Amino acid sequence: MEYFLQQLINGLTLGAIYGLIAIGYTMVYGIIGMINFAHGEIYMIGAFISIIAFLVIGWAGITWVPLVLALVLLLSMVFTAAYGWTVERIAYRPLRSSPRLAPLISAIGMSIFLQNYVQILQGARVKPIQPVVQGGVKLMERADGFVVQISYLQIVIILLTIALMFGFNQIIQGTSLGRSQRACEQDKTMAGLLGVNVDRTISLTFVMGAALAAVAGFMVTLYYGVIDFYIGFLAGVKAFTAAVLGGIGSLPGAMLGGILIGLIEAFWSAYFTIEYKDVATFTILVLVLIFRPTGLLGRPEIEKV
Amino acid sequence: MSDALLQVSGVHTYYGAIEALKGVDVTVPEGEIVTLIGANGAGKSTLLMTICGNPAARKGRVLFQGEDITRLPTFEIVRRGIAQSPEGRRIFPRMTVFENLQMGSITAPPGSFDSELERVFHLFPRLKERMDQRAGTLSGGEQQMLAIGRALMCRPKLLLLDEPSLGLAPLVVRQIFQVIREINREQKMTIFMVEQNAYHALKLAHRAYVMVTGKVTMSGTGAELLANEEVRAAYLEGGH
Ligand SMILES: Nc1ncnc2c1ncn2[C@@H]1O[C@H](COP(=O)(O)OP(=O)(O)O)[C@@H](O)[C@H]1O
Ligand SMILES: [Mg+2]
Repeated sequence: MEYFLQQLINGLTLGAIYGLIAIGYTMVYGIIGMINFAHGEIYMIGAFISIIAFLVIGWAGITWVPLVLALVLLLSMVFTAAYGWTVERIAYRPLRSSPRLAPLISAIGMSIFLQNYVQILQGARVKPIQPVVQGGVKLMERADGFVVQISYLQIVIILLTIALMFGFNQIIQGTSLGRSQRACEQDKTMAGLLGVNVDRTISLTFVMGAALAAVAGFMVTLYYGVIDFYIGFLAGVKAFTAAVLGGIGSLPGAMLGGILIGLIEAFWSAYFTIEYKDVATFTILVLVLIFRPTGLLGRPEIEKV
Repeated sequence: MSDALLQVSGVHTYYGAIEALKGVDVTVPEGEIVTLIGANGAGKSTLLMTICGNPAARKGRVLFQGEDITRLPTFEIVRRGIAQSPEGRRIFPRMTVFENLQMGSITAPPGSFDSELERVFHLFPRLKERMDQRAGTLSGGEQQMLAIGRALMCRPKLLLLDEPSLGLAPLVVRQIFQVIREINREQKMTIFMVEQNAYHALKLAHRAYVMVTGKVTMSGTGAELLANEEVRAAYLEGGH
């Protein structure tokens, strides 16, 4: 029971991170109908920018932890968003009217390029950072001394994710930008006829997805304390699986899928073998694609123009 | 024709290699209802879309209030005061009626939303009743009302209507044409309307054009074309 509870906390934390990345996949799919395979790399870049920001802020002599975290997060979101924007501009927009396969190949190329770009700039070795948020709350203790605890960092991750989800949902449902995004998702030609700048709306969708991926990169940097240029691949595939599991195109679906993948991974590692935890995720991807391609919260593909 | 709100001259539009418009000239004077009739596939919808720049004309010019808008991006064109209720209505099915109307007000002058909304609800009380309903669940007639209402929300100088009567019951058709007449008379709105329902359209229009396979073949006042033998034979057979 105690062990279960601990894995639940760990799984939720992991799931929050996957969910934040998954939103970027699902939003881009929603608006231009393509899988942005470079999104995992955007997340990886978010993690690197976080590390760089920690260093810069350290040099600047700022030490109050909440301020440091807020500044790093902000910097990471801004710069990563710029990468997201640029990727769309360079690799996808010129192919907007090409056959569907073209931007897909371009996305894979972009993904490989960004990996190599970071590898060359930052080196191939793992980058560690000093723990920034330490300590936690002891929730329970078993007779044999096993302690169930939630770290302060886990609390930060989960609360920040909930806050972002809330704010994000407000943007999508309640602002004119969100309305334009939903309109473009349903009918770009019509949105254009009503005065929506469709290209700009698509750009902003990439920017928003990248900013959330940056948050995930920031969290992972703090959570694991080490990153390398290759972390985007596995996290990307898992977040993509989360998006498919939740129903690609659905925002709540992406978050739900992320949490489920996080939980499955945590429990799989705890009760089966940790070596095969990635296989578990991929098995889910295959099963969902075969038996329920619309995912848990997705809507069946209706006829599209 | 210096007081023309819209002037289309020598416009050629292509879909890939297919030439859908083959040198079209049309003039829409301020304050009038102008209609364009023609068989299926003649290029009527293409002309309305070309006015909005999607697809843009490959040759020729589109002048709106004297300004050349031929090569502007669509969102820039409509910002100048052109709204379209397009072929097939194209309402956003997964948005509510209210949200669809909000989408219509993107190019509206600031602060005009409430008054325009009231005006639209006055024209189409049905939309008010269905305000929070998902637009995809509306009946065909209600969707048409929504498409027109949405186009009106920005208080356009020029309203483009693509077959507003298509697929509707006769009673609803009459209602829609009634509204079109009303917004022209009372709001002095200029309307350029494409119709297959030639009888109603010609009766309503100050001026009319006939299009055949990408070219304008005839023009005149609504009454003239209504009386024309050729037009009667080609577009009014089988009554109204
Ligand atoms: N998106 C498109 N792609 C290719 N051809 C098109 C497209 N839309 C219309 N066409 C062609 O252009 C011609 C004119 O079509 P359209 O403007 O829809 O005619 P109308 O509105 O008078 O029925 C037709 O031959 C039609 O097949
Ligand atoms: Mg048509």
